[in-house]
Amino acid sequence: MAVLVLEDGSIFRGKSFGYRGVAAGEVVFNTSMTGYQEELTDPSYYGQILVATYTQIGNVGTNTQDYESDKTYLGGFIVKEYIDYPSNFRSTESLDSFMTRHNVIGMYGIDTRMLVRRIRTKGAMMGILSSFDESEEALKFKLGKQPPLLGRDLVTEITAKQPYDFDEPLWSLKDGYKSMHEKKNPLVAVYDFGVKRNILRSLVSAGLRVRVFPCTTPVGELLRDEYKGIVLSNGPGDPAALSYIIENTKELIASNKPVLGICLGHQLLGLALGGEAIKLKFGHHGANQSVLNMKTRGIEITVQNHGFAIKPESIQDKADITHINLNDRTLEGFVHKTRPVLSFQHHPEASPGPREAGYIFKEFAKLVYERR
Amino acid sequence: MLLLSNALRKTDLRTDGYRNNGELMPKRRDIKKIMLIGSGPIVIGQASEFDYSGTQSCKALKLEGIEVVLVNSNPATIMTDPEFADKTYIEPINPDILKKVIAAERPDALLPTMGGQTALNMAVALSDSGVLKQYGVELIGARIDTIKKAEDREMFKVSMEKIGLKVPFSKYTHSKEEAMRFARDIGFPVIIRPSFTLGGTGASVAYNIEEFEDKVEYGLSVSPSHEVLLEESVLGWKEFELEMMRDKNDNCIVVCSIENFDPMGIHTGDSITIAPAQTLTDKEYQSMRNAAIKIMREIGIESGGSNIQFAVNPVNGDMVVIEMNPRVSRSSALASKATGYPIAKVATKLAIGYTLDEITNDITKNTKASFEPTIDYVVTKIPKFAFEKFPQADDTLTTQMKSVGEVMAIGRTFKESLQKAIRSLESGASGMARRIKRDDYNTSAVLDKVIEGLKRPSPDRLFYIGDALRMGFAIEEIHKYTAIDPWFLNNISEIIRYEDRISSLRGYSLSDAEAIKIIRDAKGMGFADRYIASLLGTAESVIRKVRTGNGVKPVYKVVDTCGAEFEAYTPYLYSTYEDENESVVSQRKRVVILGSGPNRIGQGIEFDYCCVHASFALREEGYESIMINSNPETVSTDYDTSDKLYFEPVTYEDVMNIVDLESPYGLIVQFGGQTPLKLSKRLEAAGVQVLGTSPESIDMAEDRKRFRELLERLQLRQPTSYTATSVEEAIRIGNTIGFPLILRPSYVLGGRAMEIVYDNDELIEYMEKAVNVSEDKPVLVDKFLDGATEIDVDAISDGDIVVIGGIMEHIEEAGIHSGDSACSLPPFSLSQHLTDEISRQTRILAKALNVIGLINIQYAIKDNEVYILEVNPRASRTIPFVSKSIGVPLAKLATKVMLGRKLKDMGFTKEVITDYITVKEAVLPFVKLPGVDTILGPEMKSTGEVMGIDRTFALAFAKSQLASNILLPLKGTIFISVKDTDKLLIVPIAKGLKKLGFSIVATRGTAQVLTASGIEVRVVNKVVEGRPHIVDLIKNGEIAMLINTTFGKKSIKDSYSIRRSAITYNIPYYTTIEGADAAYKAILALINGDITVTPIQNLYKTV
Repeated sequence: MAVLVLEDGSIFRGKSFGYRGVAAGEVVFNTSMTGYQEELTDPSYYGQILVATYTQIGNVGTNTQDYESDKTYLGGFIVKEYIDYPSNFRSTESLDSFMTRHNVIGMYGIDTRMLVRRIRTKGAMMGILSSFDESEEALKFKLGKQPPLLGRDLVTEITAKQPYDFDEPLWSLKDGYKSMHEKKNPLVAVYDFGVKRNILRSLVSAGLRVRVFPCTTPVGELLRDEYKGIVLSNGPGDPAALSYIIENTKELIASNKPVLGICLGHQLLGLALGGEAIKLKFGHHGANQSVLNMKTRGIEITVQNHGFAIKPESIQDKADITHINLNDRTLEGFVHKTRPVLSFQHHPEASPGPREAGYIFKEFAKLVYERR
Repeated sequence: MLLLSNALRKTDLRTDGYRNNGELMPKRRDIKKIMLIGSGPIVIGQASEFDYSGTQSCKALKLEGIEVVLVNSNPATIMTDPEFADKTYIEPINPDILKKVIAAERPDALLPTMGGQTALNMAVALSDSGVLKQYGVELIGARIDTIKKAEDREMFKVSMEKIGLKVPFSKYTHSKEEAMRFARDIGFPVIIRPSFTLGGTGASVAYNIEEFEDKVEYGLSVSPSHEVLLEESVLGWKEFELEMMRDKNDNCIVVCSIENFDPMGIHTGDSITIAPAQTLTDKEYQSMRNAAIKIMREIGIESGGSNIQFAVNPVNGDMVVIEMNPRVSRSSALASKATGYPIAKVATKLAIGYTLDEITNDITKNTKASFEPTIDYVVTKIPKFAFEKFPQADDTLTTQMKSVGEVMAIGRTFKESLQKAIRSLESGASGMARRIKRDDYNTSAVLDKVIEGLKRPSPDRLFYIGDALRMGFAIEEIHKYTAIDPWFLNNISEIIRYEDRISSLRGYSLSDAEAIKIIRDAKGMGFADRYIASLLGTAESVIRKVRTGNGVKPVYKVVDTCGAEFEAYTPYLYSTYEDENESVVSQRKRVVILGSGPNRIGQGIEFDYCCVHASFALREEGYESIMINSNPETVSTDYDTSDKLYFEPVTYEDVMNIVDLESPYGLIVQFGGQTPLKLSKRLEAAGVQVLGTSPESIDMAEDRKRFRELLERLQLRQPTSYTATSVEEAIRIGNTIGFPLILRPSYVLGGRAMEIVYDNDELIEYMEKAVNVSEDKPVLVDKFLDGATEIDVDAISDGDIVVIGGIMEHIEEAGIHSGDSACSLPPFSLSQHLTDEISRQTRILAKALNVIGLINIQYAIKDNEVYILEVNPRASRTIPFVSKSIGVPLAKLATKVMLGRKLKDMGFTKEVITDYITVKEAVLPFVKLPGVDTILGPEMKSTGEVMGIDRTFALAFAKSQLASNILLPLKGTIFISVKDTDKLLIVPIAKGLKKLGFSIVATRGTAQVLTASGIEVRVVNKVVEGRPHIVDLIKNGEIAMLINTTFGKKSIKDSYSIRRSAITYNIPYYTTIEGADAAYKAILALINGDITVTPIQNLYKTV
């Protein structure tokens, strides 16, 4: 058995799967119907407990390819029905075994729609998930001792320990991830705040060589000539807590090197431009958000996973808004008015989700090629 | 030029409906009048889903202020109600007729994507013949080159290869010889697909050269362009479908993904399908999504929806594209119901120039049509077959569609939705019913039977899977035999394993906490009360009582397109066993309408039409209308038809659960056909108020004994009738009243298991079969009135007065099921005296049965005497036809009457007498069912109907034939072979045809009679008389029409191949003398004058 206690006192009792333990974190829901392995290994989920709105999870097991990092970051994973009978030609391990191996606590058999509706109406809440036989009071007590999410630097906890090079391109059925060694391609530096591998793969496939740096790397290192462009990665938590990175970001913008920001990276760019970040009620987590491209007036179906957003009015004097969310009109993308800076709230690397915003990496690569 | 760095300097943050200069310019203003083509009659492969899409489309266009011209020959559709279009032509869907409509209406544009393959084919024909150009009609929704690229398999293949997608290796050919060479090259099995046919007509799989030869020949003959595509088989691969939308700005989304339970090789219309796709990882799904978007672009779908099918190799993930439909389809109707995303409505708006971001999602009001739906439940569709109607048909499922309807069920898990879908089917199974008795498990014959049941795809295969699992087959083994993905098999296995858990409660108290927990979990897995009861050897009522008494009740969740991310404003609900109920019971007076469940022969769109009218009437009267139905193809399950929609099985359990929650003021059961009617007594017994005519009265009319007593009391006549409960009794009756007899089980719709017998042997054979069919219900034995005229009457009663809706005279004689018979309103041969007498009897019966609402009575007239054949105090299949004929919405009036309104107050007090004639003709499914005899009888076989309207009977009949795609010849040779009793009757017809310039060939006996009457005739051999025979002539294209009436089983058998070849070569054929006479009159009228077209709105004005 497993139990989830929420900040507002509500309690959900279900059955347990995966790792047996206790985890606390912000409880968020994701509406994507595919890609749970990618979600589990997405560092942006660090410190969170995820509820899948789709009801049957485990169908395709897990495999050796669908990793977004080398481990999992979610504290807990809550589903309506856990399917312990994977069926897919690439599957190598059941989700239960995968989660056990990676210390992710699972709960299934609850009314997930009720939980999602509660989060929707009350906003994202802290929660504690336990697969032990603990009293509600004990769990509530533990939950009360959790540090608040706002103002917390989660990034330094998960960033790369040291720089590394990355040479995998995007996945294909035929080749999987066959390494690419294009020595002539320009090299870009990625600030790792919890980067998803598909960002790196997208960069490689766009014709770039990639070197990843811990977020604590002094900015001067990234400003060296050999790096023809800078990428500010996605990552977990409150951007406002990362003042030292915001300072670095200002320098990166000033350097005139092409800069690409994604998700947390985008929020940091916004803050570095003097913008204001707000916390969304329950965030955007899904693979179906339609975003209006202000230039082409075309719609892009995007992948989103964020709890904070930059207020568009707060940066409008320095940047041009390029993308707006069609549901709630929040900011989805901007370009700097004078510097080669591209910034996106959503995830052009997808994984999981539709890949149609992947052109953004080509746009970035083009900027890099033009200026190398 | 860099896209992003050149973003607008002055950012325009407005996101909907605006362009750069701030002006609202969403739609095209040059289009003021649009013509819409419907799909015509319901046939296998094209059913009421196109009424659903067409109705949505009409509504959307009218809301935009566009004038709508609609052409559809099917009167049983909501879309052809006069208020849905500005001009409604209930006319044959045929290029010549459409040209006349275009000439009369001069529409700006034609929208051909809402009426299935029929409408699309018409668009191609009108474009190719230059009509569209001649009248300056723009094709919207799909361009002609797009249609061709998508529909022509060779062009499609080339397009796919161009964008780097794989298609099965294939070749397109016009000749058998070339086909044979291809098959030898690629090896077997080979799939044969005729070009430009509907629902995969003529498509088949050949496993050897012999089969191949036959099937290619057949395929070439059914293709309008005489071409077939031969295709490498991907049998056993997994099949997926994506429902796509794309707008003129190249915005493209996936509305829904669908995974087929049945692997490749079975037409998707005959497959069990599941939404969303279950066994793809995100990487594989996104590859499919990208491929689909590429296909939309390459084929050039610029403003509308499409369905694209893919096959995936389960071993290595290889993906091939199978086909696409560049229009709304059965799958898109399913996808709309499965997600809440109204594909037809959005596609219509795209066609008139909107883009996806300009269209608001009705459900959330917050998101746009560009938001890809996400769902938090599982949808299962199961097709409904009618093989019990066609014992000669092969029920093996192949690439040619054979199902006549479908059900959809929504559950939070596949297990739950599957079991809900099974009980929605009304096939007698309330769950994974056994095909094999437990005691028989270990015999080798049974083992063989089960393996055969697994290997051969059929409607029963799902149940054989259950038996195989009970017998201990491993999932891998079942997968080996069926190629069904183990994921699905495992889920079924969990259901089967849980049966043992439930069975373990046998003999224990069911109200123990442990028992309640098991029952609760079982309910969560979708087990029906009735199925649980059968496992426990107890009554359904016991389970229900224990369950509700212990708080095990369903909650209702909303279908909201967004997985609860946004609030939903439309109460489109399904049940599940969880914690939070989202169905808010209103303060208003509520009435529940029970729908008619899956389409089947005898119960189809006509009843859905009535249910929709009931809902409209309730809303007009200020009641909250609540619809319960399980059929995704319908208008009744559109989320904005009723105030509240419960997409649920129409079973006692599921209805009562809703009644318990809603406590409605009343329930309407008389519009949904047999499905709700069967429940009405139990529902009434449970304390629900059934509105209108009481179930007691309905029962009195259905129960032969009570009904006979009633007629005796009223001094009305019926054919001598008895009931028999045994073979002996039936023989005794037969010998007393004399043959022929008409036999039928009580309580049936569509004449199921009804037969005319001419002697003792046939009687005995029937009784032995039939008693099984209807278990303990007695068999009705009536004297059959040979050669009588049959009359159908629909009337409405408010308790004070009875008003005749329409008196219809059947063209075929009594003995042909009324659903299969053509009929004329008003009657074409009755004397005033007889119509008065029929009206009188109708009034007497309606009063005697205390009818409040509708009543349908079938009469037979023989020798100027009126006999009552059947009385149904409820909506009949002919209600939409009569309503369209007289321009009065009878079902709507009946609903208001049921709520207490009086006919007088509503201004409907006397029969409408029209100055035009309407003819209804039945449309039969034989072309889809090889091997089935086409002869008509008391068992209903038609799937749909059309209506012909004109000033004379002959022209109205001619239109009805044209509308059912029967092309009456104006010259050529007519074959005549009639039974002895018809020989004199055929003479004037033959004489007349001869005078019109036709040549006549006849079989020996018929020829003798005709020659004797001075008619020049060529004699032709019957098939049994040796070659060359009549079938040879048909095959050689020498015959323009056939008249062939038969008597007795031998003669029917002998002439079988004639009727079958007539179907194959689409030659008009008439199997009754009355039909032949009507055809002759129609030909005469066609030769003497041209067909004209009139919108019904003009007709009603003259009434």
